[in-house]
Amino acid sequence: MSGTLISIIIDLFIILSLLIGTFFIFSSSVGILRFPDVYTRLHAVTKGATLGVAGIMIGAFLFLFIEHGIISGKLILGTIFVFMTAPVSGHMISRAGYHNGVKLWDKSVRDDYADVVKEKRKSIDN
Amino acid sequence: MNFQIVINIVIALMWMFLSESYTFTTFLVGYIIGIILLYVLRRFIPDAFYLNRVLKVIKLLLLFNKELILSNIDIVKLVYKPKLDVQPGIFALPTELKSNWEITMLANLISLTPGTLSIAVSEDYSKIYIHAMDIPDVVKSINDIKESFEKAIMEVTR
Repeated sequence: MSGTLISIIIDLFIILSLLIGTFFIFSSSVGILRFPDVYTRLHAVTKGATLGVAGIMIGAFLFLFIEHGIISGKLILGTIFVFMTAPVSGHMISRAGYHNGVKLWDKSVRDDYADVVKEKRKSIDN
Repeated sequence: MNFQIVINIVIALMWMFLSESYTFTTFLVGYIIGIILLYVLRRFIPDAFYLNRVLKVIKLLLLFNKELILSNIDIVKLVYKPKLDVQPGIFALPTELKSNWEITMLANLISLTPGTLSIAVSEDYSKIYIHAMDIPDVVKSINDIKESFEKAIMEVTR
C-alpha cells in the first residue's frame, strides 16, 4: 500500500515539474508577443525559457529514472548548460542590438549607456 | 589547494589498491576517507581546507537558483498584467570586482535577478550597464542585491 502511495507522489511531482516548465515557456512566449521593444522582450526570453527548459528536463530525468531505471546524464548536462548560457546569450543579443542602434521603448525614462556609445562612435569616426 | 586535491586523489587510489577492488564505488569511498583524513589533519597541511571553498561555490549556485526562480515569478506577473505600466531604462552600476571571471559571474547573476538584464560592461571594467524593467523599483533594491552577490563571488575567488 505504501509503495503505491509513494509512486503516486512521485508521479505527481513529475507531472507538476513538467506543467511548471511548460507554463513558464508559454508565458515567456506570450511575453515576446506582448512586450514593446527588444530589451524588455529579452527579459522574458532569458528568464522564462531558462526555468521552463530546466523544469521539463528535471521532469524527464525523474520519469526516466523512476520508470526505466536510467540515469540520464545528458538531461542533467542540458539543464546545467541552459542555466549557464541563457544569461550570456541575453547579454550578447542586447549588446549587439544596442550597438546596431536599436531604439529603446518610447516610455523609457533613463539611458546611461547612450553617452558611452556616442563617444565610442566619435573616436572610431576620427 | 591543488596540493590537497592531489593528496585526496592519492589516498583514494591507495584505498583502491588496499581493498583490491577497482571500481568507481571504491574510489568514491576512498575519496570520502581522504576528505575525513584531510579534515582531521587540516592544521598540519598548508592552506585552508579546500572543501570550505567548495561549500561556498555550492552556496553561490543556490543563490543563483533562488534568484532565477524569483525573477521568473516576477516576469510571469508582468506578462499577464492587463496594462503594461512600467518605466524601463538603462542605468550604470559601479562594481568593485576586477577579474574577467568575477565580472562574468556578476553580470550573469544580475541578468537572472528580477527585472534586470545586463547589457554591457564598460571598457575599464568599473561599471556594468543594466537594463531594468521598472527603474524606480529596481534602483531602490539593487544595492543590497549587488552587495550580497559581490560578497558571495569574492568568497569563492579570493
